[in-house]
Amino acid sequence: MNEIMPGLALQKVDERIMTLNVGPQHPGSGHMRLIVQIDGDYIVACDPDPGYVHRGEEKMAEYRNYILNIPHLERPVIHDSCNVLYPYVLGVEEILGIEVPERAKYVRVIASELNRCIYIMYWLAIYGIFLGHSTMFMWPAGDRELLIDLMEKMTGARVTHAHFIPGGVRNDLPPNFEDVCLRHVNYFEKRIKEYSAVFYDNPILIARTKDTGVLSRQDAIRLGTTGSVLRASGVDYDLRKKEPYDVYDELDVHTNVMKEGDSYARSKIPWLDMLESCNIIRQALQKMPKSGSVRVKLKPNPKGKGLTSVYKRVESGRGSLGCYVVSDGKPEPYRLKLSVPSFRNLIALPYLLKGEKLGNMPSVYWSLNYWPVEADR
Amino acid sequence: MSSDSEKSVTDTQSEEKSTPAEKPAPKPVAKKPEEKPVELPAFEKGISDKIVEKFGDKVEVAFVKEDRVRINVSRENILDVAEFIRDGLNFDHVESVTGIDFPQDKEIEVVYHIGSYSDSSLARQILVLATRAQREENPIPGHDSTKLPTLRNIFYSVEFHEREIFEMLGVYFDGHPDNRRLLLPEDWADLPPLRKDFVLKGR
Amino acid sequence: MTPENANVFVGKLGDILEKAIGKPLGYAINWGRIWSLWPVHIETACCSVEFGAASSPRYDVERFGIIEAFGSLRQCDLVVVQGTITRKMAPRLRLVYDQMPEPKYVIAMGACAITGGLYFDSYNVLPGIDGIIPVDVYVPGCPPRPETLIQGCLLLQEKIKRMKARKFV
Repeated sequence: MNEIMPGLALQKVDERIMTLNVGPQHPGSGHMRLIVQIDGDYIVACDPDPGYVHRGEEKMAEYRNYILNIPHLERPVIHDSCNVLYPYVLGVEEILGIEVPERAKYVRVIASELNRCIYIMYWLAIYGIFLGHSTMFMWPAGDRELLIDLMEKMTGARVTHAHFIPGGVRNDLPPNFEDVCLRHVNYFEKRIKEYSAVFYDNPILIARTKDTGVLSRQDAIRLGTTGSVLRASGVDYDLRKKEPYDVYDELDVHTNVMKEGDSYARSKIPWLDMLESCNIIRQALQKMPKSGSVRVKLKPNPKGKGLTSVYKRVESGRGSLGCYVVSDGKPEPYRLKLSVPSFRNLIALPYLLKGEKLGNMPSVYWSLNYWPVEADR
Repeated sequence: MSSDSEKSVTDTQSEEKSTPAEKPAPKPVAKKPEEKPVELPAFEKGISDKIVEKFGDKVEVAFVKEDRVRINVSRENILDVAEFIRDGLNFDHVESVTGIDFPQDKEIEVVYHIGSYSDSSLARQILVLATRAQREENPIPGHDSTKLPTLRNIFYSVEFHEREIFEMLGVYFDGHPDNRRLLLPEDWADLPPLRKDFVLKGR
Repeated sequence: MTPENANVFVGKLGDILEKAIGKPLGYAINWGRIWSLWPVHIETACCSVEFGAASSPRYDVERFGIIEAFGSLRQCDLVVVQGTITRKMAPRLRLVYDQMPEPKYVIAMGACAITGGLYFDSYNVLPGIDGIIPVDVYVPGCPPRPETLIQGCLLLQEKIKRMKARKFV
C-alpha cells in the first residue's frame, strides 16, 4: 500500500517525531491532505499535499472557445463565481477589443461585491465549524441565503451564475431590483455587525487565535501572499484601489489593514471587507445609470488577432486573482492560466505551522482564506 | 414586504450613512489612472529603459503597455536579470508562473509575472519576465535537457509555482530544493498534461 | 456438546429467532436507521458548498434525520459524494468506503459524481463514481440545489425502509 499511496500509513520517523496524515477525509482539512510531523503536541514540519480536486481546467480551456469556457472556469469557486470569471472576461475583452457599456460595468461591480459577501459568509461558517463554534456555522450559513436570493433574482442561478460574459453581463437587472437589493444589503449589514459580539469578541476565539501563526510584514511580502492574509500583516494592498478595474475608480473604496498578522487578524479582515462591500454596493446602486444596454453583441466564435497575451487581475474574496490568456488568433485560447490566490497563500501554510501546536492547526489553516478546489483548479 | 417596513429600513440606512462612526479613517479619494500617451507609457518605459541600460543586448523588450512590461531573456541570463529586478527595481514577489508549450519552435516558454507590494508607485505594475527552455520530443521529466535555473533563491514565492510547472510541462528547475509532484496523482505516468502533444481523449 | 456443535446450535437458534421475530425486528431496525443517517465528512469538490447550505438553518436537512457531517467515519453509514472524483481522490474514496461499518449507503451528488459532468473530457476526472463504489441514489444538478439533495435523502430513506434488514446481528 505504501508504494501506491506514499505517506498514507502512519509512519514513525524516530522515537520522538511522528508523522500524521490530516485529510483528505478530516473535518479539519477540507479537500486536501496535510502531512504533519509532530513532536509531542508541537508541529515540527508540515507538507501540504493539494491536488485532490485537480480537474485540468487549464487544459480543457484550450479545447473550448472563449464563450464555452465560461461555465467551467467558474467552477473552481462556485460561491465566488462572478469574481473568478472577472479577470478572464476582462482579458478576453482586451483580446477581442470590446468596449463594455457603462451600466454593465456597474452591474458587474454589484454582482461581484454580492458574491464576495456570499463567499466570505461561507468561509466564516466553515471557520466556525473548525473552531467548534456551532452558532458561527448556523448564523452565516443562514444569512448568506439572503444574498443568494438576491443573486438568484439577478442571474437565475443559486451559485453558478455564468453571468459575466465578454462584452458585459448576460441579462439586465430585473425590475425593482435596486430597491430590493438596498433593503437586503441594509438588513445584511445590520446582521453581520452582530457577529462581532458572538464571535470576534468571544474570549474563546481570542484565546485560540490571538498570537497563533504570526506572519510578519516582511515574510508576507516575501512569500507573495495576497488578499486578507497580506492585509492582516499590515500591507495596504487592494487591487480595487491600487489597480481599479471597470468602475472601481469612481467608487470610494476603503482598504482594511491590521498589523498583528496572527490568525485573529486574518479572520477579522474578511468580516471588515464585507462591511466595506455593503458600502460599495450602496454607492454603485446610487451611481448606476438607470437605463441603457448591458451587453455588446458578439460575433459567433470571436477571435483575437495574432499572438497576443493579456494578464488581468481582480480582487476576489480571497485576494488578487489573475488570469493570463494567450491567444494565437484562433477562437480558442492557446493557453489559459489562472493565478489563484489560494494557491499563492498555500506557500505560507508550512511556514506558519512550524512550531505551532497541533490543536491550532485548523484555525491557522482556515484563516489563510484557502479554498482547496480553487488552488487545485 | 409592506411599504411601512420599507420606509423604516431606508430610515435606518440614512442614519447609518450620517454617522459613519465605525469607519476607522476618512476615506481617501480613489486615484484616477494617470493620462498616458497611447504609444509609450512613460513610467513603464522608464522601467524597461533601466533594464535595457543595465543589460543591453542580453534582454529583449517584447512590449511596453499600460501597467505591463514584458522582457524576454535567455536562460543563461535570467538569474542576473531577476536579481536586478528585485534589488534595483524594487519588485518583490512573483504572482504567477506560467509554462507555455511551443512545439513548432521546439521550446517551452516559462513566464514570470512579478509585482511589488513594498513600493507603492509600482503597485499597478506587473513585470513579465519570459524565458525559454529547450523542448524534447520524448520527455523524461527531470532527466532530459528541458531545464531552467530556479528563481527560488531570488523570489521565494515561486516555490510551489515551479513545482507545478515541473509536473505540468516537464521543465526541471535546477537548484530547486523540492522538485516533487504537487497536483497530479502519484501514479501519473503519461506525458506532462499541459504539453501540446498530450491530447484529451475524444477531442 | 463440542464447540462446533455449539456454533451450529447457536446458528440454528438465530435462524429460528429470525423467522419468528425477523420481520418486525427488521422493520424496527430499518426505522431506526432511516432517522439517524450519519454522512461521512468527505468533501470532494465544489458541491460541498451546497451540502453545507443544505444543513444551514433555511434548509435544515437535520429535521429529516440526516445529521451534519461531523465525527469519525467508523460511526457513519452514509457517504454523500459531493462532486467530482479525481484520479487522485478515487483510491481515498474507496478506502473511506471500505473502512465504514455495514450497512452503508451512497448518494452521488452532482453531475460530476454521476457521469463526469462538465469535466467529461478532463484527463484527471473519473466518469462517474459507480466504477468505484455502489451508488444508491443519484442526485442530478450542477450543483444540485439543497432541496434536490434533501429529496435525494428522502428517496434513500424510502429505499432503506423497503430493504431487508438481514445484517442486524
